[in-house]
Amino acid sequence: MPKITYIEHNGKSHTIEIANGLSVMEGAVQNNIPGIDADCGGSMACATCHVYVKEEWFNKLPKKEDGEEDMLDMAFEPKKNSRLSCQLMVSEQIDGLIVNLPEKQV
Amino acid sequence: MIKTDALIIGAGPTGLFTAHQLKLIGLNCEVVDNLDKIGGQCIELYPDKPIYDIPAVPECTGEELTNNLIDQLKPFDVKFHLNERVEEVKKSNENWQVKTNKGTEFSTPNIIIAGGVGSFEPRKFSPKECEKFENKSIFYSIKDKTVFKGKTVSIFGGGDSALDWAVELSKDSKVNLVHRRDEFRGAKATVDKMRVLEKNGKINLFTKYQLKSVNGKGNLESIEVEHDNKEVKNIKTDYVLGFFGLIMQLGPIANWGLNIDKKTINVDTERFETNQKGIYAVGDICTYPGKLKLILSGFHEGALAARACFKLARPNEKYRFEFTTTSTNLLRRLGKKE
Repeated sequence: MPKITYIEHNGKSHTIEIANGLSVMEGAVQNNIPGIDADCGGSMACATCHVYVKEEWFNKLPKKEDGEEDMLDMAFEPKKNSRLSCQLMVSEQIDGLIVNLPEKQV
Repeated sequence: MIKTDALIIGAGPTGLFTAHQLKLIGLNCEVVDNLDKIGGQCIELYPDKPIYDIPAVPECTGEELTNNLIDQLKPFDVKFHLNERVEEVKKSNENWQVKTNKGTEFSTPNIIIAGGVGSFEPRKFSPKECEKFENKSIFYSIKDKTVFKGKTVSIFGGGDSALDWAVELSKDSKVNLVHRRDEFRGAKATVDKMRVLEKNGKINLFTKYQLKSVNGKGNLESIEVEHDNKEVKNIKTDYVLGFFGLIMQLGPIANWGLNIDKKTINVDTERFETNQKGIYAVGDICTYPGKLKLILSGFHEGALAARACFKLARPNEKYRFEFTTTSTNLLRRLGKKE
């Protein structure tokens, strides 16, 4: 199974195996990673599963679909490398992905 | 002071069906919601998204579901208090005394919290100093636009609210519009209007900028905005408006002495009662072993909580289970029988 690493804002790192087809958000919620709220449950309606992705990985991820950028406007401290983790699907292609969590989601 | 058998907090699908169940068994109820419309998350977050797991409804959108639930309430007289948030809950004698932020007061033996993931609140600016100026020079909604007349107003955001207000206020104020990227998600017609106003010098546009800091003694004097490339600009401004959409927060519910676990409230599965007698929690906001955050679970929880309310609202009567297909009582309440 692909491994995804979540790094909390305080630097604490969690590397977890997540089944293909789940979203990076679902992987975090199912494994109780603090810092991903996912209030709307993945319908891209709340911007509380916001993560930062370092450049080397950012460019490898599938591009944002319509709506994700709009929703990121409403995230806490969005940056150029912001993504919504509910839109990142786990697959062998992103095995080893590292995401950094913002200070808070709301 | 409004006296009622039960007060429902939250007008989402669970709150609506709970109201139906209360009225059906002969109790009266009132509903309070912080949003300006009925429907909760279904209307605020996903009005157009299809839902596939409502029993006997193969597919419907959040808006359709809400409209059907409102239709189902038609036989009954349910009073809604929209744009109001319950702030205070206090026990006095046998009843709960409830007060909203608008000052409406209720006295009731039963409170049913159907609050979803909490109340919708505007998302605020991240620099901490902003709090100091909140509701004086920094606003997240506009109540009286005349205060901005002849002043400099810096508006943040890229959606309809930010654009509408930028266009509107540019008539009588100096407007700076600041957005974190080049594209705007608002209606195309408003974006076009804003672009024309920018060309004519009526709106100063700052794209790829975000708020870095706010400065001023007493009153707000200036703000610093930072570009994607780290360049910082100082802007003199009298007012700052932020339109970043809504976030969900538990809000005052956290202060009512309930057993709260990660934004959810612990309940029993017979009455959906919390650790406080006469306060129930149903729908997404409640938790118990095996809890599923499905709309259908909310309906079940509301139906049971409504029966539990009966005991406290009518202590001298016995609740008798009846079917809507056959019961004369129920059919009368539904307006189907004289």
